[in-house]
Amino acid sequence: MTKIRCKTSKEIGGMGHSMKRKEDARFIQGKGNYVDDVKLPGMLYMDIVRSPYAYAKIKNINSEEALKVPGVVAVVTGRDLEKYNLHWMPTLMSDTQMVLPTDTVMYQAQEVAAVIATSRYAARDGKEAVMVDYEPMKPVIDAHKSLDADAPILRPDKEGKTDNHIWHWEAGDKEATDKVFNEADVVVKQDMYIPRIHVASIETCGCVANYNKVDNHLTMYMTTQAPHAIRTVIALVAGHVGLTEEKIRVISPDIGGGFGGKVPVYPGYVIAIAVSFLTGAPIKWIEDRTENLQADSFARDYHINVEMAGTKDGKIQATRFKVLADHGYTDASANPSKFPTGLFSIGTGSYDYNNAFMEADAVYTNKPPGGVAYRCSFRVTEAVHAIERITDRFAMEVGKDPAQLRMENFIKKEDFPWKSPTGWEYDSGDYHAGLKLAMDTVGYDDLRKEQLEKRAKGEWMGIGISTFTEIVGAGPSKDFDILGIKMFDSAEIRVHPTGKAIARFGTKSQGQGHETTYAQIVAEELGIPAEHIQVEEGDTDTAPYGLGTYASRSTPTAGAAAAMAARKLREKAKKIAAYLLEVSEEDLEWEPGKFFVKGAPEKVKTIQEIVFASYTNHPPGMEAGFEATHYYDPPNLTFPSGAYICVVDIDPETADIKVRRFVAIDDCGHIINPMIVQGQVHGGLTQGIAPAMYEELIYDEDGNILNGTLMDYLVPTAVESPNWETGHTITPSPHHPIGAKGVGESPTVGAPPAIANAIVDAVSHLGIKHLDIPITPFKLFKKLKEVGAIS
Amino acid sequence: MIPANFDYSAPSTLDEALSLLQEHGDEAKILAGGHSLIPMMKLRFASPAHLIDINNIPDLSSIKEEGDSFHLGAMTRESDVEHSEALTGAFPIFADVTKLIADPQVRNMGTIGGNLAHGDAANDHPAVMMALNASVEITGPEGTRTVGIDEFFFGFYMTAVQPNEILTGISIPKQRGKVGSAYHKAERKVGDYATAGVAVQIATDADGKCTYAGIGLTNVNAVPMRAKRSEEALVGSDLSDELIAQAAMMASEDCNPSADLRGDEEYKRHLVKVITKRMIHKAIQRAK
Amino acid sequence: MTMKKITVKLNGAEHSAEVEPRLLLVHLIRENLNATGTHIGCDTSNCGACTILLNGKSVKSCTVLAVQADGKEITTVEGLATAEGLHPLQEGFKENHGLHCGFCTPGMMLRAVELLENNPNPTEEEIRWGISGNLCRCTGYNNIVKAIQYAGAKIRGDELPSTEPEFV
Ligand SMILES: Cc1cc2nc3c(=O)[nH]c(=O)nc-3n(C[C@H](O)[C@H](O)[C@H](O)COP(=O)(O)OP(=O)(O)OC[C@H]3O[C@@H](n4cnc5c(N)ncnc54)[C@H](O)[C@@H]3O)c2cc1C
Ligand code: FES
Ligand code: FES
Repeated sequence: MTKIRCKTSKEIGGMGHSMKRKEDARFIQGKGNYVDDVKLPGMLYMDIVRSPYAYAKIKNINSEEALKVPGVVAVVTGRDLEKYNLHWMPTLMSDTQMVLPTDTVMYQAQEVAAVIATSRYAARDGKEAVMVDYEPMKPVIDAHKSLDADAPILRPDKEGKTDNHIWHWEAGDKEATDKVFNEADVVVKQDMYIPRIHVASIETCGCVANYNKVDNHLTMYMTTQAPHAIRTVIALVAGHVGLTEEKIRVISPDIGGGFGGKVPVYPGYVIAIAVSFLTGAPIKWIEDRTENLQADSFARDYHINVEMAGTKDGKIQATRFKVLADHGYTDASANPSKFPTGLFSIGTGSYDYNNAFMEADAVYTNKPPGGVAYRCSFRVTEAVHAIERITDRFAMEVGKDPAQLRMENFIKKEDFPWKSPTGWEYDSGDYHAGLKLAMDTVGYDDLRKEQLEKRAKGEWMGIGISTFTEIVGAGPSKDFDILGIKMFDSAEIRVHPTGKAIARFGTKSQGQGHETTYAQIVAEELGIPAEHIQVEEGDTDTAPYGLGTYASRSTPTAGAAAAMAARKLREKAKKIAAYLLEVSEEDLEWEPGKFFVKGAPEKVKTIQEIVFASYTNHPPGMEAGFEATHYYDPPNLTFPSGAYICVVDIDPETADIKVRRFVAIDDCGHIINPMIVQGQVHGGLTQGIAPAMYEELIYDEDGNILNGTLMDYLVPTAVESPNWETGHTITPSPHHPIGAKGVGESPTVGAPPAIANAIVDAVSHLGIKHLDIPITPFKLFKKLKEVGAIS
Repeated sequence: MIPANFDYSAPSTLDEALSLLQEHGDEAKILAGGHSLIPMMKLRFASPAHLIDINNIPDLSSIKEEGDSFHLGAMTRESDVEHSEALTGAFPIFADVTKLIADPQVRNMGTIGGNLAHGDAANDHPAVMMALNASVEITGPEGTRTVGIDEFFFGFYMTAVQPNEILTGISIPKQRGKVGSAYHKAERKVGDYATAGVAVQIATDADGKCTYAGIGLTNVNAVPMRAKRSEEALVGSDLSDELIAQAAMMASEDCNPSADLRGDEEYKRHLVKVITKRMIHKAIQRAK
Repeated sequence: MTMKKITVKLNGAEHSAEVEPRLLLVHLIRENLNATGTHIGCDTSNCGACTILLNGKSVKSCTVLAVQADGKEITTVEGLATAEGLHPLQEGFKENHGLHCGFCTPGMMLRAVELLENNPNPTEEEIRWGISGNLCRCTGYNNIVKAIQYAGAKIRGDELPSTEPEFV
């Protein structure tokens, strides 16, 4: 492990200190303020009638009985919204989505009508009483059949649409890659499916829309990871009825986990706004878990064919990826606009080779729309799974230990910055060091010995590796925007006369601990104790504009903005110090928290004295006060990496799988708060074991979801989740102001292939080469049966 | 997550509860631990017009050793069972099964009577009670009757308890000789209902000959089922490994699992085979 | 439907309310009594975010009717701290980074109160099984286990374990 060095004292609490979190005080005392805790006078409650069918014509919606239910105030349908042209909305990918349908439902659990009542209970009763007459149609559920000639055209609303194809995307050099493949000694191929999963944050989505008729002003409390972007979207949707952007205030209160699921705009939010606009009453809408799992925020759902070409002694030469992406009824991803497959093209991995070609096609089906970037920089999880699985397949094919094969193919530390075959410039990394540390920690060689001994006795254990390269911090404005808005992020620091500060950001924590880590960044740069820096996010009226928190972008963007804004202030501080000490700026030296005269350390001004002077005695000609804002536009993305090793034991009689150990070595550059980084890794790893072994949203051929509750959608508990062993190497990002890279998603991205590789490794001697995730005992049993390894 | 409306009474005597049942007939439901009933009501899979809460009736919750049997009051909570050293000492199967039922909070509410009265083959106690050859006490307007566990389950959510009756207790006989018991279920994650579960109690005489074998199966049949053929194969035998394997095979042949998200028929039969074998061995090992 | 009058003691203070029999205890606590520290994370009794103590036993308040709590004592997260300061579990969660978003935390802590009462010095395994009715999507549970171990030590009066993160 690389030792973390701190430049500041514990009292200042800058980078590298495991400072305890400032936000915890309210959470442990029940004083968090989540959206369902918001209660306004005269508030009405909304419940939503949802479609039982995946694809059906709506023949009639009868609200008569519902309106008789005591407490029910109104029933709103698509026809009602149509009068105001509010029945459609744009998705973040410039596709379109119904708010409420006027004639056709496109997926099971789609919103059909909204019931407004004076209480939650009455709204629920009203929902029961709304009668909808449907004429079911045969849906398109299997993405592979979506482009069949006889498939119904699902989006006739889109002009000129004659099939269910959404877009085609390519990266890399096809011709050169094909040539390498044609001439290669060894080619391995694998079809794999990265299943549709759900973020399942423990808090569902919800909002309180409060439109004030008198002021023509909307305050929207909502579970959003990107409040500013949402405000802009609302203005785009509702500007024509007078809700222009300055009349909208989005407040994202405490959020009970987001993970990408709280980036999109869901119909429920828009209906709540519309109803509040029409009634003048505050409208609260809080989804049930079942609604949340069935209608919102799915992720993944990529069918991937991946191939690797190489030499027979194990040198990787080229890769090819072909993807079929199932977006459900509309492309409601939250990708940067120019990247329909997100950053999938990172899929060439951590290996040194020059040829790759990737292509993807996206299709519509009668499933809920998506897919969101679930703890993932936009499709990186899918890409990493593919490359790490195929690398193991390749190692198996050429008869090499997967660790050794990786060591031999890694990009070398001295070769950074490194240009990937799909055009990325990896900023820095030391992959050999990471894998070596992971192997030493887990005792790799001994485990391999133990495995052989066990096999001889008929016992099965497996060791799986994943050595991934991540790509985060979207992103540089030349390439990255959402709906045209560039993906910078922002910080505003305001230091009060007594030297205490408030800092505001365009991002929004959902548990990542921004109130602590951002304070630490500012503390690092200014020497003001982190304890005295209050961090605020999530209120569009007060925070500077930013694109929000997802895709591990907060540290790379807003974290950088914090450092840059603080540096502006330090420049100002230097000028003030020079003035106060009556020396020139060049004669001053900085040490966290103070400027002193070179060679005369007794001539010193603390940052607190300097700030005070900025309000009381600022140099002539200088602006008073001590404030700075920075909008940080990153020059490049950052490329964190990791080396994960998983050890599993398998019961040869029942096919039960137990994760015995899991070692995760991450490299996210300089670490702001080791405790928080480790916490992020722990959490992400559990979200990695989840799709690897437990979670998948399953539909039958009629489009009925078969496991749309937490009874059957198997979120791991503390029993399934092993004791995670974590560590780090530190390779700073050369272009980031504080050398940090972002870590939140690495574990979720890196863990599934390590686990899948371990399970396949355990049974590889039986002739098993691949298993799609989630690898359940049932799935493994069927495979073992197929190869005759279980009686 | 909001149930439909209903009326509610919480009688403080059994007689009162019975007359309320009489009065409301089919419209009424007993509320015991509520951890099968309330979830169903929240999803509006059940909407009884009247709930009769029997939590306030004293004496329904108890664990008593009475000569050669144990008596459990219907309202005994899973957590009471879990923490009763007398019971888990005599029947370690209760420690096995309670640990695998849902989670600690659910076990603080769920009752053993409710677990049986719910009449769901996915619940774990039915198989356990079969292995232990329990009998169920049912009290109605005419008094209390006792029903053997084999006559208790009728169909999906259907038991011997009539709409005007209340399950009041469970009696578990102590077998003679060296007795051991064990339960295990395969589950997709902790707290899940069984993919397949097997409850076993074995008694042997001084010569090691099997004098009693009880084997109940969870969630592999429309109604809770006893692996009769397997039991018969074991009783009177010397419990050789070979015979145990045969008995396990019989259980897997005789059950009727249906395919669902937990697995297909083949997988579930396979699990029944493996778990039956393991639980018989474990019960024998534990016998004292 | 006939309304029912009930009286409960929430964190030591007595409250009476006139409620529909179907009112869930969690809604009584959150909406009628305005103690919003107790959360709702599911509709199938699986997540444990709503866990409270009812007469000292941890239960999922989304699966108990408010009328069932009549005459009983309820403890929620708001009732954990005392005049002397934070409850050892609150301190344990804060010191050991046992929470991220905090949504599962109140339920997790209330469950742990009973766990430690029944078993003051639990093993890691016992803690994991003991909180298996509480889902956390953020922390990966490692630090929740640590937090509960810390609180156990504090309650027992043992030496407190280190709260520094451990790295390999
Ligand atoms: C998340 C979760 C997971 C679960 N997992 C499991 C599991 O793994 N294994 C398992 O076995 N169970 C499981 N359960 C069910 C739980 O054990 C229930 O508590 C049990 O099935 C029913 O007991 P109860 O006392 O709660 O009954 P209730 O829910 O009150 O009643 C259930 C039914 O039985 C009737 N009834 C109850 N008591 C009587 C009586 N004395 N006389 C007449 N009728 C009566 C009721 O009217 C109702 O129809 C789970 C429950 C939950 C919420
Ligand atoms: S809210 Fe999920 S268990 Fe109560
Ligand atoms: S801290 Fe977010 S769910 Fe546990």
